[in-house]
Amino acid sequence: MDYATLLQLLDTTLRLATPLLFACLAGLYSERAGIFDIGLEGKMLMAAMASASVAFLTGSVWVGLLAGMLASLLMAGLHGIASITFRGNQLISGVALNFVASGITVLIAQRLFGQGGRTPPLAGEARFSSITLPFAEELQGVPVLGPLYYEVISGHPLLVYVALATVPLTWWVLYRTRFGLRLRAVGENPAAVDTAGISVVGLRFAAVAITGILCGLAGAYMATALQAGFGREMTAGRGYIALAALIFAKWRPVAALWACLLFGFFQALALRPDVVEAVVQVKVPVPFLDALPYVLTVLVLAGFVGKAIPPRAGGEPYVKER
Amino acid sequence: MERLPRWADVALVPLVSLLLAAVIAALVILAIGQDPWEAITVMVQGSIMDSYGWGYTLYYATSFIFTGLAVTVAFHASLFNIGGEGQAQLGGLGVALCCLFLPWPHWTLALIGATCAAALFGAAWAAIPAYLQARRGSHIVITTIMFNYIAAALLIFLLVDVLRPAGQMDPATANFPEATRLPTLNELPVFNLFFTSNVPANVTLLIALGMAVVVWLLLWRTRLGYAIRAFGKSEAAARYAGISPFTIIMVAMLISGGLAGMMAINNVMGEAERLLQNSASGAGFIGIAVALMGRNHPVGVVLAALLFGFLFQGGAELGLWTKIPIEMRTVVQGLVILFTGALDVMVRMLLTRIFNLFRAGRMAKGAA
Repeated sequence: MDYATLLQLLDTTLRLATPLLFACLAGLYSERAGIFDIGLEGKMLMAAMASASVAFLTGSVWVGLLAGMLASLLMAGLHGIASITFRGNQLISGVALNFVASGITVLIAQRLFGQGGRTPPLAGEARFSSITLPFAEELQGVPVLGPLYYEVISGHPLLVYVALATVPLTWWVLYRTRFGLRLRAVGENPAAVDTAGISVVGLRFAAVAITGILCGLAGAYMATALQAGFGREMTAGRGYIALAALIFAKWRPVAALWACLLFGFFQALALRPDVVEAVVQVKVPVPFLDALPYVLTVLVLAGFVGKAIPPRAGGEPYVKER
Repeated sequence: MERLPRWADVALVPLVSLLLAAVIAALVILAIGQDPWEAITVMVQGSIMDSYGWGYTLYYATSFIFTGLAVTVAFHASLFNIGGEGQAQLGGLGVALCCLFLPWPHWTLALIGATCAAALFGAAWAAIPAYLQARRGSHIVITTIMFNYIAAALLIFLLVDVLRPAGQMDPATANFPEATRLPTLNELPVFNLFFTSNVPANVTLLIALGMAVVVWLLLWRTRLGYAIRAFGKSEAAARYAGISPFTIIMVAMLISGGLAGMMAINNVMGEAERLLQNSASGAGFIGIAVALMGRNHPVGVVLAALLFGFLFQGGAELGLWTKIPIEMRTVVQGLVILFTGALDVMVRMLLTRIFNLFRAGRMAKGAA
């Protein structure tokens, strides 16, 4: 494999890792606050449909982005009501909302456009276009680093950089702010937070809302930047891969970045079986490459790559003592 | 606040949940500009008004009984097995290998062999997540989801590269030999009085009902079932009573995976008569809804499976005869899971309040 192919692979990696990263950080806020969320997938799907539909109808990708975030927030709110207010089973609520999203996105898209549950292809202002970073052209001549900067780092839609920026932001919020401390505390020991006179319900709803917004970004990126429009089941299990990355990263923001890049790299490899074949000298069937992130997650979960310990109060509804 | 009476807890809570789900579904249909009344008419017409519709409804229900029982057994050990889909696909692989590569003289023997193979393959696919949960504490929900995806990838590989006969375009195995064909309900005595034309529902229905009885016996009439339920209620108490968590997790998940796998004799052996890609077509997930709706009791599971059979067949009719897309049934499925599984506290609170109102009224009358 030559340098140019490697750069291409890394470029695709970054593109494919972005929705995973948004969704993974989304899950991080929720799970650090003690609310398990298998519904990342459904929220992304809703956001993808809403953002593509609104972007097409208004012709503005920004209005589309807003709609995507709102749709995802709505789903997050439902999950919050079911799992915080009514203390329902968080896993079941997530599964249920995924099914609802899977069906209702097709229903709405079919009602709006009548094209078999897809939105019409987006073009021009209705899509995020690629940004060339400063000096990318000029530095292209610099050996090794120049092409790396030009091919891999530069030339992505804005949301890719937003996702990357969300990583340090999340780290800062989580470990350097009062809100972050409380958020982590409510996921470990909600009774202590309650005793300190801070609202457990309020904190958890705040966390779930952040999850909604970030999943909205993930879905909008899928439909308006990575691809040009919404298609049924277009998230194709990315919500679950993000969940896997979150566990792989042991619920830490910077590790989440590396985990998502790794899983993005596997997805990029699955698109280039010819490269894989050239490197390992054996024909590797594409399904194996597709299954790699899932197998890796199972290995991580099994504790072969370091033990993953979830937030202690995760999945348990908080009941105030009387 | 007083508790709900037992009959309300068993029957009224699921019915009210179902009603709420139906109301939201009707609103969704209204929102996409269609007529809910027309929708329900088409669904009823197409699924339970003639023997042809019943044939399909019962065919789907058969699959859902298996997957619903699978989720039920795991639930009683407080394990949430979302891997029914993958386990059913692997069950399909077991059925296919068994039917294609063993010479069966008669369908009865083939049925016994295929049932064992399906259960074995399904159980094997559940065994790894079970072991990881029991020994390494890996969360079974996440591992079973991952195993669904791994199963899908594995089957694509096997169907495209290994089991596909030379010269065939679509990724599927060859057709099973004639000797392994299961009789459909219209070919069975007594049933053929009702089913006059050819229907997909087959003899597997009887096995499914039999398994419902077996699961009931297992959970409520055996020592093992008691251990499973005790473990599910309180792991600490079960451990104190000398019940091994490792054994219970393994056994409950193996039974669960086996039941999910057995679904394959209905759809792979009884209907398609060859193994196709995505053979379980979502029935593994519907098992979750069926178990929740059926309150984790075999009788409830059979009734809920019938209801979902009706929804599935009716939903297909909607896709055929109305402008409502077939995805409507996924929405209904999600709504039923949401209301019966996640929002049951809400329904219960609502009902308790209403009951207390009545009680207060009666007490006031008694005092006067």
